[in-house]
Amino acid sequence: MKSVLSVFILSTIISTSVIAQESGRKIPAVDVKKLDQTTFNTGDISNDGKPIIINFWATWCSPCKRELNTIAEVYEEWQEETGVKIVAISIDDARNVPKVEPYVNGQAWEYEVYIDPNSDFKRAMNVNNVPHTFLVDGNGNIVWQHNSYQPGDEDELYELVQKLAAGESID
Amino acid sequence: MLRKINVLAAVLVLSALNGFSQELLDGIQIHGNIDIYGQTYNKDSIIGAPVVPEKAGLNAFTNLIATKGAFTAGVRFESYMPPIQGFDNRYGNQKVGIPYRFVNFVKEGLDITVGNFYEQFGTGMILRAYEAPSLGYDNVFDGLRVKYSPFRGVYLKALAGNQRYYWNKSDGIVRAFDGEVQLNELIKKFNESKLRVALGGSFVSKFQSAGISSITLPENVASWASRVQMNYKGFGFTGEYAYKINDPSSDNNFIYRPGQGLFLSGTYSTKGFGINVSAKTIDNMAFRSDRQATINDLFINYLPALTRQHTYNLSSTLYPYATQPNGEIGLQADIIYKVKKGTKIGGQYGTTIQVNLSAIQGHDTTRLSNPNELLTQEYLTNDPTRQGYKTSLFSVGDEIFYRDYNIEITRKINKSIKLKGSYIHQNYNIDLVQGTATGSNVIADIAVMEGTFKLAKKHSIRAEAQHLWTAQDQGNWAFALLEYGYSPHWIVSLLNQYNYGNSNKALRVNYPTAQVTYIKNANRISIGYGRQRAGIFCVGGVCRNVPAANGLTVAITSSF
Repeated sequence: MKSVLSVFILSTIISTSVIAQESGRKIPAVDVKKLDQTTFNTGDISNDGKPIIINFWATWCSPCKRELNTIAEVYEEWQEETGVKIVAISIDDARNVPKVEPYVNGQAWEYEVYIDPNSDFKRAMNVNNVPHTFLVDGNGNIVWQHNSYQPGDEDELYELVQKLAAGESID
Repeated sequence: MLRKINVLAAVLVLSALNGFSQELLDGIQIHGNIDIYGQTYNKDSIIGAPVVPEKAGLNAFTNLIATKGAFTAGVRFESYMPPIQGFDNRYGNQKVGIPYRFVNFVKEGLDITVGNFYEQFGTGMILRAYEAPSLGYDNVFDGLRVKYSPFRGVYLKALAGNQRYYWNKSDGIVRAFDGEVQLNELIKKFNESKLRVALGGSFVSKFQSAGISSITLPENVASWASRVQMNYKGFGFTGEYAYKINDPSSDNNFIYRPGQGLFLSGTYSTKGFGINVSAKTIDNMAFRSDRQATINDLFINYLPALTRQHTYNLSSTLYPYATQPNGEIGLQADIIYKVKKGTKIGGQYGTTIQVNLSAIQGHDTTRLSNPNELLTQEYLTNDPTRQGYKTSLFSVGDEIFYRDYNIEITRKINKSIKLKGSYIHQNYNIDLVQGTATGSNVIADIAVMEGTFKLAKKHSIRAEAQHLWTAQDQGNWAFALLEYGYSPHWIVSLLNQYNYGNSNKALRVNYPTAQVTYIKNANRISIGYGRQRAGIFCVGGVCRNVPAANGLTVAITSSF
């Protein structure tokens, strides 16, 4: 019995050590486009040790626009209180790429916006469909993700951002 | 004693394994995503639901990606048991398989991929490999790709490969090269300049053996494209021109006319206002890695529709336009204006107005011979080099392919109510796009009202009412949707579509559906039951006919 127990404990230790390694997933480095169509590598996304929200959206996605327009109203507050930065990744392809910048400026978004016209970053981040939101902690680790949007989801997201900004774990 | 040895042995073996796996696994990260969609098919002849012998369909996609340092490797499992209705039956030729696997290595500006990869040059006018899993579109390459940036601001790409053809590969091979120079990055003096300029050029060649044919077929077909991108403060300009040498194929009735395409787009935007005006003209630009391929198979290039991508049910899936690669000329304008808060029109919380106008027509062409009679004497006399027809890239013919004028107004009434109203006018050449023979375009007018109501923290209601008026095709439609959301986990929705204006009284049917969705972080499970209207579902440039269905749907997605 004792041996079974010790083997069990040991394997638990091993498995937790492997899991601990996996939870430290970083943002994959993939080339995307800035709004002026120049190249940007997603490995360079950073926010001086403060939390980052990465949100995948598209100009043809109504819930995506609802989410980002809702957050736009409180973004200044969020930034002042937690220093969080929102990186909005448009997965619009060549059909709608020219409409992204007019939409972003037209809605007066203050987000950092990139375009992923052939879904390279979307694939690297294993996104099924938009909207899809990732939360990245101050050390650049992806610590949480959420698919889809409905009104009120932004409150849950902001509670997690506040925890991260305060240095708390969000598990 | 024996027990102690046992324990010791177990500990030793496990720690050895642990050490080994540590070394192997150290720094390896595995992540992925799953997308499962299942549907049952009840008999329902009035809506024209096809009889499915299996009584159900199931599609599943699972991606796994492993990264370690400079290496990335990935696979995708696909299952079709059998493919859901609307997907090509050829996906069912294999139940489960791995049509996508790759190894990628990146070091000091050199990026090499072996196996499968997706790629796009410029706007995709001569090369774009991409996937649209919800439509069953996947023209991924299988081969080798090298990307290299020798200096800052210079980006080079070269590739060679076959393309995916359901569970097989294309007969033709594609070889391609692309170079892009970002002048502001390359030339130090211009690093900080407000004027940003990028130039690019690409070359794509396909090889397919001629086989046995009654006409001389070119085995190598080359195409090239050049592009420019400029930005100055709020202004932006994109232009791309493409040329393809003779490429007789089933798309163009095996003529020897070269293909051409031109895309121009200008934007201006400032806080609260944005405008984009685009123009496109293409002639004989279907480009596939197999000259016999049809429908959505084996495209090397990507020619998206220069029209608004609608999102509401009645405006997006009844009369969606699809690019006519054999020839079209079009113009589109898209304007967004956010009326300031606190003004009379803007209201207390602001109002957004979006206007989109697009018009697509055919070229003015003169047929040189009957395209269906290739080797007749008439053909040889009138069109000895088999050019098919005469036209100019900038000519505008009389035939209307598509018109779409629409306006959308969004207004936040107070902290808990947001309203959106849309009006859409469409003129749709149904014979051309859907291959019918009605003899007239469909003129459709669509009105949509949408309201989002936040009842309390976490509780919300969303309602949609849509109506479509038309004297053609299936006549008038009415649509209503009611959705209740309990953030962040639950969404319950009820919707109904009613084709009350159908000229055939027996076809005036309702299409009710109920759906429940549960979301937890990156897991999403959705169960629905009801009738699904036949429609055309499009993502980007690809559309797929999905037949009517009646039954249960289950969708599961997850990312990890």
